[in-house]
Amino acid sequence: MKATSNVMRRELSGYFSTPVAWVFIVIFLVMAGVFTFYIGNFYERGSSDLDPFFQFHPWMYLFLVPAIAMRLWAEERRSGTIELLLTLPLTTWQAVLGKFLAAWLFIGLALALTFPVWITVNYLGNPDNGVIAAGYIGSWLMAGGFLAIGSCMSALTRNQVVAFILSVVVCFAFLLSGLPMITDLFSGWAPQSLIDTIADFSFLAHFSTISRGVIDLRDLVYFTLVIGFWLLANVIVLELRKAN
Amino acid sequence: MSDLSIEARSLSKHYGQLIAVDQLSFEVGAGEVLGFLGPNGAGKSTTMKMLTGFLPPTAGSALVNGHDIVENSLAARRCMGYLPEGAPAYGEMPVRAFLEFVARSRGFDGKSAVREADAAIDRLNLSSVPEQPIETLSKGFKRRVGLAQAILHDPRVLILDEPTDGLDPNQKHEVRDLIRDMSSDKIIIISTHILEEVHALCNRAMIIADGRLLVDDTPDGLIARSRYHEAVTLVVEHPEQVASALSELPQARKVELREGELTVFPREGAKLLEVITDAVRENAWAVSELRLEAGRLDEVFRQVTQGEMS
Repeated sequence: MKATSNVMRRELSGYFSTPVAWVFIVIFLVMAGVFTFYIGNFYERGSSDLDPFFQFHPWMYLFLVPAIAMRLWAEERRSGTIELLLTLPLTTWQAVLGKFLAAWLFIGLALALTFPVWITVNYLGNPDNGVIAAGYIGSWLMAGGFLAIGSCMSALTRNQVVAFILSVVVCFAFLLSGLPMITDLFSGWAPQSLIDTIADFSFLAHFSTISRGVIDLRDLVYFTLVIGFWLLANVIVLELRKAN
Repeated sequence: MSDLSIEARSLSKHYGQLIAVDQLSFEVGAGEVLGFLGPNGAGKSTTMKMLTGFLPPTAGSALVNGHDIVENSLAARRCMGYLPEGAPAYGEMPVRAFLEFVARSRGFDGKSAVREADAAIDRLNLSSVPEQPIETLSKGFKRRVGLAQAILHDPRVLILDEPTDGLDPNQKHEVRDLIRDMSSDKIIIISTHILEEVHALCNRAMIIADGRLLVDDTPDGLIARSRYHEAVTLVVEHPEQVASALSELPQARKVELREGELTVFPREGAKLLEVITDAVRENAWAVSELRLEAGRLDEVFRQVTQGEMS
């Protein structure tokens, strides 16, 4: 626990001692604003909820979360600090978890800084704030899923660009796994139950139920399992390929 | 704690077909400063990476202070300090923050982490730069930061991969003094390809090539393996004449003339210096330089590592 929080604190301070944090937060907020107010037609809809805000989150995360995740391990490999970190008396799990939590908290901070949108909708109408809170929780959980994938991909390579591209591709597959684009690959030869299972893996489906205000235990378990699975994969990748 | 030891038993590391370390076995005890010598790619760093728990061995095992490096990796790592090759550090972090992070990872918390970090800063003469980001420091300072994080918790076992690589002569001297100061009750393993360093620092040297242990000896023992050991070199006028006269000596096995220097090699067990000074005096040769050779480490190194390959 101590070791994990120590790694986490080091990572977080690392974000803020470089321009990475500020650039990310500004771009995140600008994009969230553009999507909500221009593309999402926030005002024109005349409905007091944050649907147009949340509905674009999966697509923002698709690129922004891999951008945060790509450096997590690739940078450690490139600079050689991985050798320093993993010879300190802490387990690979603690290191992986500490880094993941730091990045997740950081994304949480960026997400929290979108609060003016929430204030705006409360100023203009009477939204169901419970639904909005659920939306925020669902969005953060989904970001965690993307982040765990990105962290694992980052551990595969010392090249951040490669890590970024791999993450985007895998995240994209997870995002869309419910849509025909992915299921068509399997229909015709795979049993229906498998196709249903794959469709069930879709981030979009699970996120949309939460963002409608329905906090279903299954969705929470789903995101927790996704995060757990990819972090486990991350640990295994590191154990197998510590050196380059 | 006189039982302090490192024991490697048939330690091996394979990368696919490539055998980086091949059944290395050795024991080291407290007070020993062991130098790993060997050409680049000999397996020195890989051995260190296995001892420090970074890489799992393909076969064999090692015990550090009684802890198996695989089965009980965390306990083994706790009693070790490690400077990886190139002294990697988080470049964006200030020196003090980095050392505090390492201290906390080593189990110090709150104030004691700050105290340990400050002590390490003092010890490595980093007090002029504690708030500077590490990436802005010069190579010598970076190396000292790496050493500071390795010695911060006063480990019983110190493993230093090329601790003086890339330092200027003054900095090398400082680092050597530091290592020597700490060496009495610890095990220190350093890898280097600077041969003079072995003589200056170590009381034991192992030559490794192609992942195998070729020689395990004291630095003096290594030097004694040189064909130059106990030879006499002189610079003299008319060296050809002198050479033929000296080769008549019963104690001389061979005389070599190279770049104006005449080197006389002794027969087994023979003492040359006295005989040659006598000869110089008798014949009134114009000698401008005369010295007894201790032996040449670089020559031993070449002989051991290349002789083994051919």
